[in-house]
Amino acid sequence: MIEGEYRDQPLRPYVLTSGRARPSRNWIGVDTLLIAAPGAGPLPVTASRQEIALLRMCRGLLSVAEAAAHLGLPVSVVKVLASDLMDSGHLQTRSRTRAEPDAALLEEVLSGLRDLA
Amino acid sequence: MGSATSPDRYLPDTVRRSVKILVLGGFGVGKTTLIGSVSEIEPLSTEEVMTVAGAGVDDLTGVGRKTRTTVALDFGRITLRGRIVLYLYGAPGQQRFWELWEGLAEGALGILVLVDTRRLEDAFDVLDQVERLPRLPFAVAVNHFPDSRAYPAEELREALDLPPHVPIVDCVAPDRATSLAALTALTDHAMRVLSAREVVP
Repeated sequence: MIEGEYRDQPLRPYVLTSGRARPSRNWIGVDTLLIAAPGAGPLPVTASRQEIALLRMCRGLLSVAEAAAHLGLPVSVVKVLASDLMDSGHLQTRSRTRAEPDAALLEEVLSGLRDLA
Repeated sequence: MGSATSPDRYLPDTVRRSVKILVLGGFGVGKTTLIGSVSEIEPLSTEEVMTVAGAGVDDLTGVGRKTRTTVALDFGRITLRGRIVLYLYGAPGQQRFWELWEGLAEGALGILVLVDTRRLEDAFDVLDQVERLPRLPFAVAVNHFPDSRAYPAEELREALDLPPHVPIVDCVAPDRATSLAALTALTDHAMRVLSAREVVP
């Protein structure tokens, strides 16, 4: 089982990310939606356990923060790993923007919340 | 933490956009309870490593004393109309956690400041921080506990020194309907702020 596996490891985040603190794609945020790219080949044999676990976690659509919570990894680490997996074509995103919400989006959120009331 | 095979951890494939609201407040004010009352998943928790200013005086190198610490971040989500996912992040709002939620606030719809009238001094600290992000709309939700006294909204507005346009709503954090109403009031306010901004740039 993948979940919880890393919780007990006292590894520092920079070990998991080969010494990098920031992802190569700086628009990746906690709410960026991730999903495995269809038809991407297998990961190289050099892939880390964390990369393998993240890619497996992303067999369905979920956010960076959700993947981090399920894997027991810090969000900052998942951002770096996700960025690498996008560079290699294994992961895709659905929400590339970190822009402020526009009026159309706010209106849809408002209607959606009212539907639930 | 859900089970590895749980299919409902994943979003519907129709979702194309994510948006977030920050729920800020002092410890024990009911942030995770509020999030849990509206979230379609069990609230999740993740840890973020952050740097906090040390208590001591800056050293002679000018770098300053900083400590690395781990802060828990609780969150939940609501899928809206199958197209948008709204994430709700609960974070401690005090000054020393500024770095954590300042980053979270980027691109957020707005901030819901949760207040406990029995501990208004906690709210001052949080509101001081929230006002450092003037572009981000915020609303105040007063979480009613069984033993808290009910104050008229205008009395609270004065006590908290809130401008007239900031909504103050009542809620009972475990109650889904009142929590949804608080989120709706914040979103409605965010729309007004945005349209006012478009008229007067």
